[in-house]
Amino acid sequence: MKDLPDTEERKAGLKGLGCSRKRVEDARFTQGKGNYVDDIKMAGMLHGDFVRSPYAHARVKSINAEAALALPGVIAVLTAKDLEPLGLHWMPTLAGDKQMVLADGKVLFQGQEVAFVVATDRYIAADAVDLVEVDYEDLPVVVDPFKAQDPDAPVLREDLEGVTEGAHGPRRHHNHIFTWEAGDEAGANAAIDGAEVVAEETIYYHRTHPCPLETCGCVASMDKVNGKLTLYGTFQAPHVVRTVASLLSGIDEHNIRVVSPDIGGGFGNKVGVYPGYVCSIVATIVTGKPVKWVEDRMENLMATAFARDYWMTGRIGATKDGRITGLHAHVTADHGAFDACADPTKFPAGFFHICTGSYDIPAAYCAVDGIYTNKAPGGVAYRCSFRVTEAAYFIERMIEVLAIKLGMDAAELRAKNFIRKEQFPYTSALGWEYDSGDYHTAWDKALKAVGYEALRKEQAERVEAFKRGETRKLLGIGLTHFTEIVGAGPVKNCDILGMGMFDSCEIRIHPTGSAIARLGTISQGQGHATTFAQILASEIGISADKITVEEGDTDTAPYGLGTYGSRSTPVAGAATAMAGRKIRAKAQMIAAYLLEVHDDDLEWDIDRFVVKGAPERFKTMAEIAYASYNQAIPGVEPGLEAVSYYDPPNMTYPFGAYICVMEIDVDTGEHEIRQFYALDDCGTRINPMIIEGQVHGGLTEALAIAMGQEIAYDDIGNVKTGTLMDFFLPTAWETPHYTTDHTETPSPHHPIGAKGVGESPNVGGVPAFSNAVHDAFRAFGLTQTHMPHDHWRIWKTARDLGLHG
Amino acid sequence: MSDKMHLKLTVNGEAHETLAEPRELLIHVLREQLGITGPHIGCETSHCGACTVDMGGKSVKACTVFAAQAQGAEITTVEGLGAPDGLHVLQEMFREHHGLQCGFCTPGMITRAWRLLQDNPSPTEEEVRFGMSGNLCRCTGYQNIVKAILAAADQMNAMKEAAE
Repeated sequence: MKDLPDTEERKAGLKGLGCSRKRVEDARFTQGKGNYVDDIKMAGMLHGDFVRSPYAHARVKSINAEAALALPGVIAVLTAKDLEPLGLHWMPTLAGDKQMVLADGKVLFQGQEVAFVVATDRYIAADAVDLVEVDYEDLPVVVDPFKAQDPDAPVLREDLEGVTEGAHGPRRHHNHIFTWEAGDEAGANAAIDGAEVVAEETIYYHRTHPCPLETCGCVASMDKVNGKLTLYGTFQAPHVVRTVASLLSGIDEHNIRVVSPDIGGGFGNKVGVYPGYVCSIVATIVTGKPVKWVEDRMENLMATAFARDYWMTGRIGATKDGRITGLHAHVTADHGAFDACADPTKFPAGFFHICTGSYDIPAAYCAVDGIYTNKAPGGVAYRCSFRVTEAAYFIERMIEVLAIKLGMDAAELRAKNFIRKEQFPYTSALGWEYDSGDYHTAWDKALKAVGYEALRKEQAERVEAFKRGETRKLLGIGLTHFTEIVGAGPVKNCDILGMGMFDSCEIRIHPTGSAIARLGTISQGQGHATTFAQILASEIGISADKITVEEGDTDTAPYGLGTYGSRSTPVAGAATAMAGRKIRAKAQMIAAYLLEVHDDDLEWDIDRFVVKGAPERFKTMAEIAYASYNQAIPGVEPGLEAVSYYDPPNMTYPFGAYICVMEIDVDTGEHEIRQFYALDDCGTRINPMIIEGQVHGGLTEALAIAMGQEIAYDDIGNVKTGTLMDFFLPTAWETPHYTTDHTETPSPHHPIGAKGVGESPNVGGVPAFSNAVHDAFRAFGLTQTHMPHDHWRIWKTARDLGLHG
Repeated sequence: MSDKMHLKLTVNGEAHETLAEPRELLIHVLREQLGITGPHIGCETSHCGACTVDMGGKSVKACTVFAAQAQGAEITTVEGLGAPDGLHVLQEMFREHHGLQCGFCTPGMITRAWRLLQDNPSPTEEEVRFGMSGNLCRCTGYQNIVKAILAAADQMNAMKEAAE
């Protein structure tokens, strides 16, 4: 074999798996040369803007667009009546429901799209929006999912009156969407009823919003002569958008090109299909000109895909010494006016049934009731796999509640109930097969890193000092050990609108030994162009610097289901590795021919095939690539290309241990995060720099959600948090410093053992921050208080506990 | 719609003349008339800072500045910081320290950081965090942005010293 320095040098030159390769995207972005949807400008382009409902529930009696149409520069005003002949006044949602594209007779939430104005300029379009006269007759509003189930609650969805069977089974009330369940209810109840200790709690995960810095938008352009529609947009799943656009419009799929250009953050907000897209397509077909629609921030917060709004009630049973015996969960899920969740079709509550978390719970059951209210539709996975952050928050709060009931340390309670390393692959009581994990090692490392025992001692002393009147600040220690489930998913049970959730990679090696890879996913900041090239570099021995990665253009990229739910690395990353292996297999045949040996006499060595026992005889991948284009090799087709459509055998289960140490000022409700330690295990690590960046970002989104961010409504359905003045996004000033750490437990079924990480910090972060707040008040009798823990709510908690004297 | 006004302004050292309505926002003139699409629109309410440009020696949010207010102004955007064949130190440090992900906030962030370092060439971490608090980022959690700006300050100071 080669001597060591040469081997190491060649390996390092690949910039493959495990190295903190600098991002190839950055030169463009730092110079302002990104190409986001609002940067797209086409000749003759028109601008679309929506007339939106000021009411949360009202009958639309009339729409008068005369004055708007009289304004110079206004080309068209579309209403449901215009879309109806095309069958586009309603559209299917990803959740098996349907949604109004434009108000059809009534409006069901504030901010709902009523009419679409098309004008030559965005200012004129905005002026015209003001000139459209809509006559409303307001109707009773329901914003509470429990009141929505009263027998005499107003009927929200008149289109579904009398429909007793929904997309996910029977509907038991006119505002009920579905009941979905998993596990064995009788078994769980028996385990809990017979338990020595039972804790019960209702935990609300409030309504919030992904709020990427770039709002949603598109540019639709119909070439009427060639019959070709081009659609640029903020799409996390461009291929699915093409299929949906074809099914809705009747335009053949090959005549539709969907392009996701650079995307300014997605976080689940850009998975769905929104009325703006449909209206822009109709408008370009009607006018024959390109039409741009980009929503503003208020529209984004009010109308475009909220997240969470889960009322979760849990019962958990345990032995006196803290061994959990059973878990029962019931969720009332507020879906707003239309069920527009973006979940795999068979899972109307996403993967909420990962709610047994990191724990070996022998009996469990969960049920979720989806309910209509007069709120915006959505329920998307805001930086998490489908409803997984809800599940993680639920179990990590329930553990804390149980620890209080048991009078036990919550760290010890967790360790006592963790699934043990030797139990993997582990089948949970709710039916998941966890692929791999080593929770105790991660947990011990985390506790040690923060000096857990000393912290508890300090906390106890602080409580005493507080009681003596020597301080007004309390100390909270927020613990979390989360298990995610990502990488949807096996085609056998995961699909979006019938499309199996595989993903893909196509590789073409150029004659001089560089390459292009195209994938079915689309980066929104995750750095795919950097990391997928790294996966490939390690597989095929071509430096990542010589591999271009492209995504997002449906005319060139292979079909894939897109980027959300941390599925890119688990699914498309696997496809990339598998396509790389196909390249290598063909390269081996070519090398054997060139070296005049049998295929089996060769072995792979970093970037070349070497004749076994004769290290001086080899062909590098670059040499093989060249040969594949310029030599007639018997029995081998010219060229060096491969494609892989990867159907994962299972999901992956990243996990982590997070600890937040928080100071809370009892008199002002302000908090200060003194320390945040995040240990993540995402299996094989592709690029540690990017992993760390993902963790910082996810934790900051978790900080926002836990500590202040919400979409709040008043009783008549007005959105109270519709601007960034009211909707909390932390600045550099409020954001703490994070310490990151890791363990590495590869996924046994993933070709390179990677599990995905982008969403872990949000899933684990929210309970860590929230548990810290709860823990600060634990000594004063607090068991549960709802997020977001803004200053006012924390102050109120302190007051209610009698701490203001 | 009122009559358009004749607007003269200098952007990144280049003189521009254009017509704009009195109500037209600077960000729209930059992006749609002059084709300067580095500054982005994230909120239109001055909160997010994606549209930050430098005007007359100050960071301004171009989404809430009327183009009329920029009459005769000297404006620098992210496009004006580096050279055609090389990145500005700040751009380089943002790449080096992974100070960006989706890139949408980045032009505003870097333009703001540039002004911050003009005003305070050797800021502390706290001063950077405070000085950058008008610019929101949804991806990075700021830690690497702060690191990048501090590293850029060091390098810029070293370059200044070497030049003296």
